[in-house]
Amino acid sequence: MCDERHKVNVTCRVNGREYTLCVFPLMRLLDVLREELRLTGTKEGCGEGECGACSVLIDGELVNSCLVPALQVNGAEITTIEGIADGDRLHTVQEAFIEAGGAQCGICTPGMILAAVSLLGRMPEPSEEDMRAGLAGNLCRCTGYMKIFEAVARVCQKTGTKVNA
Amino acid sequence: MRSCLPDYELVAPANLREALALMAGEPGAWKPFAGGTDLMVLLEAGKLPHKRFLSLWHLRELKGIEVSPTAVTLGALTTYTEVLRHPVLQQEFPCLCQGARETGGVATQNRGTLGGNIANASPAADSPPALLVYDAELELVSATGSRWVPYRGFHSSYKQMDLRPNELIARIRLPRVGRPRRHYYRKVGTRKAQAISKVVFAGVAEVEGGVVRDVRIALGSVAPTVLRCAKTEAVLRGHPTVESTVAAAQAALAGEIAPIDDFRSTAKYRRRVSLNLLAVFLQSCLGTVEQGPGPEPWYGA
Amino acid sequence: MANRLVGRAVPRKEGGDKVTGKARYIDDLTFPGMLYGATVRSPCARGRIKGIHFEGGIPWDGFTIVTATDIPGKNCIVLLSDDHPGLAQRVVNHPEEPIVLLAHPDKYLLEEARRSVRLEIESLPAVFTIEESLARKEIIWGRDNIFKSIRVEKGNVDEAWAQADFIVEGEYRTGAQEQLYIEPNGMIAVANPQEGVTVWGSMQCPYYVHKALVCLFGLPESKVRVIQVETGGGFGGKEEYPSMIAGHAALLAWKSGKPVKLIYDRAEDMAATTKRHPSRTRHRTAVSKEGKLLAMEIEFVIDGGAYMTLSPVVLSRGTIHAAGPYHCPNIRIQSRAVATNAPPHGAFRGFGAPQSTFALERHLNKVARVVGLSPEELRRRNFIREGQSTATGQVIREKVDMAGLMERAFELSRYYAKTQRFAEENRGRRDKKGIGFACFLHGAGFTGSGEKYLASVVGVEATPAGRARILAASTEIGQGANTILCQIAAEALGLEYDQIEMASPDTGVVPNSGPTVASRTCMIIGKLVESACLAVKQTLVGSGLLKPDYSPEEFFRACAAYTQKCGPLKAFSQYQPPPEIHWDEEKYRGDAYSAYAWAVYVAEVTVDSLTYEVHVDDFVAVQEVGKVINPVLGGGQIEGGVAQAIGYALFENVVWQEGRMVNSQMTNYIIPTAADVPRIRTYFDEVPYAHGPAGAKGLGELPMDGTAPAIVNAIEDALGIGLDQIPVLPEHLVELLEVSRV
Repeated sequence: MCDERHKVNVTCRVNGREYTLCVFPLMRLLDVLREELRLTGTKEGCGEGECGACSVLIDGELVNSCLVPALQVNGAEITTIEGIADGDRLHTVQEAFIEAGGAQCGICTPGMILAAVSLLGRMPEPSEEDMRAGLAGNLCRCTGYMKIFEAVARVCQKTGTKVNA
Repeated sequence: MRSCLPDYELVAPANLREALALMAGEPGAWKPFAGGTDLMVLLEAGKLPHKRFLSLWHLRELKGIEVSPTAVTLGALTTYTEVLRHPVLQQEFPCLCQGARETGGVATQNRGTLGGNIANASPAADSPPALLVYDAELELVSATGSRWVPYRGFHSSYKQMDLRPNELIARIRLPRVGRPRRHYYRKVGTRKAQAISKVVFAGVAEVEGGVVRDVRIALGSVAPTVLRCAKTEAVLRGHPTVESTVAAAQAALAGEIAPIDDFRSTAKYRRRVSLNLLAVFLQSCLGTVEQGPGPEPWYGA
Repeated sequence: MANRLVGRAVPRKEGGDKVTGKARYIDDLTFPGMLYGATVRSPCARGRIKGIHFEGGIPWDGFTIVTATDIPGKNCIVLLSDDHPGLAQRVVNHPEEPIVLLAHPDKYLLEEARRSVRLEIESLPAVFTIEESLARKEIIWGRDNIFKSIRVEKGNVDEAWAQADFIVEGEYRTGAQEQLYIEPNGMIAVANPQEGVTVWGSMQCPYYVHKALVCLFGLPESKVRVIQVETGGGFGGKEEYPSMIAGHAALLAWKSGKPVKLIYDRAEDMAATTKRHPSRTRHRTAVSKEGKLLAMEIEFVIDGGAYMTLSPVVLSRGTIHAAGPYHCPNIRIQSRAVATNAPPHGAFRGFGAPQSTFALERHLNKVARVVGLSPEELRRRNFIREGQSTATGQVIREKVDMAGLMERAFELSRYYAKTQRFAEENRGRRDKKGIGFACFLHGAGFTGSGEKYLASVVGVEATPAGRARILAASTEIGQGANTILCQIAAEALGLEYDQIEMASPDTGVVPNSGPTVASRTCMIIGKLVESACLAVKQTLVGSGLLKPDYSPEEFFRACAAYTQKCGPLKAFSQYQPPPEIHWDEEKYRGDAYSAYAWAVYVAEVTVDSLTYEVHVDDFVAVQEVGKVINPVLGGGQIEGGVAQAIGYALFENVVWQEGRMVNSQMTNYIIPTAADVPRIRTYFDEVPYAHGPAGAKGLGELPMDGTAPAIVNAIEDALGIGLDQIPVLPEHLVELLEVSRV
């Protein structure tokens, strides 16, 4: 069923739904999501793992989807920005980004939100240094990061944990 | 994407044996492909010279960190995240953990592997200087067997290494040293995080009564390969860490490194910073560096 | 009446779409039958095109190929002049200049094809620096390599030198800077001779693109339509170059008869599109022993790259800001924008002002040292006050209190205490700390008569669905235009924020309200929104359908009744300059801007003596920008601008090789990460401006101007070494410190 030259079958779950795709094995996960699945919330900023705009979670871990070949997500569970909200109910991190002004032009926002979700998953009470380290792989050119830190801090307040200065 | 994807192959062998058999069948035809954090960048830029790759990411045989009384052995696919979270590595090999922590951002740390980093053979790599000062050994495996080699000397010249076309890096072994040591690691990058190094300095020393009993020093980004600095170590071994020793060590280091100008930095800067970091490392061996106003750094050589 | 919506942190209009990934940017769109486009560019800086060869191994029959001869109209991307070709035909004038366009449905094959076009170019001697250009090493543009010269004269500089107790000279340089919006440029075009040209894309100025396409295709204005889609940052970088990309996508679509998508990858975007102009500024200043500025002679030169693009207006803003927020009776500014064989430099937040402000705020520290005053005392004695005049002779009529802003900034940063403490502690400390500041202003809106000539129009209409809609060509590029314009409209109409919407910036739908640049959207467009709203209200009240004191429900009922009776309810408002504004373009005299934002920024730094790295530890930004329409968005503008300017000061180094940027990757062109910025503490002083909407002025570019000199002044405080150029890289500091130690 996948007999085009050099293409392979890849089966993975994306945002809870299983897909089997016939793709070039080195196709970037980023392109698989955007072009094969039309999940365009994941953005491309640099194509070299530097800006983090393409961040997604693979099996719960943050990765740059521009650096992951399709073949290596065979059997994996992938979460993109489209899978973060619970139906129409926004994730607390998404709400906090709106309230705090953490999104400006919005192009780094999906990746930044996934990085924040990943950070808070590992450290429910991140210090300022933890936030800086946890988000350092996601470049933002609009906010100067202050309102992004504020958004993360808001999540902690909402969920009852506190941010250590 | 500046590469033509249909030209490339990536296959996933079922296990290590199958991977090695493929490599034995056509030596040099199949290139190993681990977490992809280096190779995918080349693919994007249209600069990936090879066309056929073996995906290793899923091979259990190359994963895991084992601790024995005499050594810590890391599978080649150990990620930076796994390194920096490991309690024994944190305790006994802190330079390695710091190197891992300063490699890229979290996403890169989750995907980049130690074995891949070694095989990528960048002179600017963050963790290899730490591996050098900890006397790491590499297990190289092929269809016909395995051999252990010291990591020191593994890189023979720029991007060249002692790895045969049918071999894979399987494991990295760090011998445990029972005695207390001082560890110093400093990466100087283009910014505080998510940077490529301009100078990496790693040092460990055993100091007794102000005298250097044993010392290991390695640097990155100052030579065609990551560099263990044997001559500098020899100048220091058995000597007290007084100013004259430091100056002699700086002179030795200046002769050992061969930094260049490129668009990230200058040879002059790299040289000066290397010597400064050596001085501070030696100060730290005396326990004077961490607190309060310290003396001006030495500018020898 | 107190403001209900203005001044409140209402959530961003499109915020929900942005945090869920639903917002659609240009690369997220596909059209049926769409081709991908690619650009083949010049490998050399200057030369004659001898041949274009399509090499073997590629099924060329399947490609759409466009060269200059395929252009139906005039081969230029028209802006201020027509010197900039859409595709180079006989000569190339900079590396990466577009020569051939390709389109194909398979984007992988397209890449192979791009590499298989061989350009035969006979290279010509080229010019790469301001000095080479001024020396006319080669004449590469016009008769003398000069795009524009400006001379500003106030008082009599020549006579002032004799009275001076001190004459202080200095030369200052700033480097190129890449805007580095995180979304690379891109366009999709549909074009054919019957229906004309339609493009969708990432841009700041739909009507600039429109004008360029009309010229490139020789079509009537009605046959060209430009639609901005969600845009992932601009910072000026999407002001003029999108016209080029739109032209290319449209040429490919025109020839192929199919929709064409042309998206730049990061390397192409960085290497080929515009950057901030590099600059050289020379100051010669006469000062009395009391520290009064007696005369300022300023020579300001910017490197415009190979074509004129916006260089004359960048030069203009830089020139007018060169004397800063100070009063000096005698000023001469001579400035020039010169040509080099680099890709054209262009708009970037601040637009010339960051360059000349850096020079002045560094130079005044030097002047203070020579006179024997503290940097703050020297400035305090020369700050401009109401009734005094700027370099162009503009009399300041607004309330301005630079000394007050400075004191507030000093209090918040504990400037005096820290200056003293750092000086003491640095003696015994390896890492040196320093604190520094800069005082500056930024004019809102177009320079001089710019706004008068633009004559922007904004509309407001009642929609059938019971909403009020703003019709403006202003684009949302992250800065919050949609949100604040809706706040202003809601306030003016007495409606709720949710009851206002923005029309999509589509030249087929919205009037020409000018470009989204120059810190003009809030002050100029906001004011037009406000007056169009008032016109709608008046229409309803005047027709007897609405009583003056109404509820939103009554308003929309009145709209419906009006529509039924008289047809669509719509009002337009066109820009009229405030009555007292006069500008003489010839003499460069008069009211350069209708309003200024005023600011004092304080930076605290640590210089690592082992690695010569500079880290900014604390940053206080105090500014007076009129009424702040939305404090969260306003704060975001300041913080983002400060971070961008930290990059300008300390990291962002474009490495040039024969006119080409060789570090055109995010890995090697370094912008600040979350780990590199200090806490940025932002404070607004709000003095309502009579001619701004609800009293607002402009603020978007302001933070770019003063941040770099504040940081470099702090480095001077830490090390005792004056630095005269940015970026201040550790590699420069190592050289300087070595010299100073000897």
